[in-house]
Amino acid sequence: MKILTFLLIYFFFSFTATNSAEHTNDLGNKISKNVRCLICQGQSIYDSQSEFAISMKLVIDKKIEEGLTEDQIYKYLKSKYGAWITYDPEFNKKTFILWTLPILLFLLGGAIILRKLILNKF
Amino acid sequence: MKNKFILVLIIFFSLFCFSVLFKALNNTNIYSPKNVVNKSIINFSLPNLYTEKNISTEEMFKGSKFYILNIWASWCLPCRDEHPLLMQLNENSKIKIIGLNYKDSVVNAKKFINEFGNPYSLIVTDKKGITSIELGAYGVPETYIIDKNKKIIKKFVGPLNNKALTEINLLIK
Repeated sequence: MKILTFLLIYFFFSFTATNSAEHTNDLGNKISKNVRCLICQGQSIYDSQSEFAISMKLVIDKKIEEGLTEDQIYKYLKSKYGAWITYDPEFNKKTFILWTLPILLFLLGGAIILRKLILNKF
Repeated sequence: MKNKFILVLIIFFSLFCFSVLFKALNNTNIYSPKNVVNKSIINFSLPNLYTEKNISTEEMFKGSKFYILNIWASWCLPCRDEHPLLMQLNENSKIKIIGLNYKDSVVNAKKFINEFGNPYSLIVTDKKGITSIELGAYGVPETYIIDKNKKIIKKFVGPLNNKALTEINLLIK
């Protein structure tokens, strides 16, 4: 009975530990793919094997283990290296055109097509 | 009339796109050390190169008016170029120079110091480079000028040169 209890506890903890490591790994990889390697040419830290990228991946894993969420980690990295560190540009006064122009063009195109369709109908 | 209006609209739209793209071209996206300046230095604890005893920031930044935190490595060639300038800075009694040895082997780091001299009051080792990233560094060498309140007042990316030396001397006057 004692052995059975021991085995159950052992498997429970090993399963929890594996799950937690996998979670850190998955989230770490996801974040690494969206973080720019500042000393490489157009590479994310996920793709790079530079000293900077290796250390950065370790920091990301450390922050995940400390319980920070994905957004908190991006915020943390931006506070150290600026908005340029992430591939996903945030919406601000410098990037609003980048975000709104495609939507405006899409709406304009839609309006032109709709107008043509209506004109053809009548 | 309608065609003219469309033509004017296209011209205005093209000019608008051109000006936006032109402005973006002039916008530098390279990393700027401004992000960490005027912020307090983070708290960390790293082992001493010689004693291997962990040293905290409280112990590191104590007893001086100004501090220089220099990130270096024996494998870094530009670190050799700036080393004589650090030796020169070490002559100033107002400054305490702390060396942060980045991703280096202890043997090579000690060899480097024996060969080129030791400008540092204290050398700590960052074997995995985690603390350096947390400090906002991205390579070696990098130098932080820190005041007595542990606030970063200036950061130099890359090797120090004579211009940087003059700037440091002005800062600590």
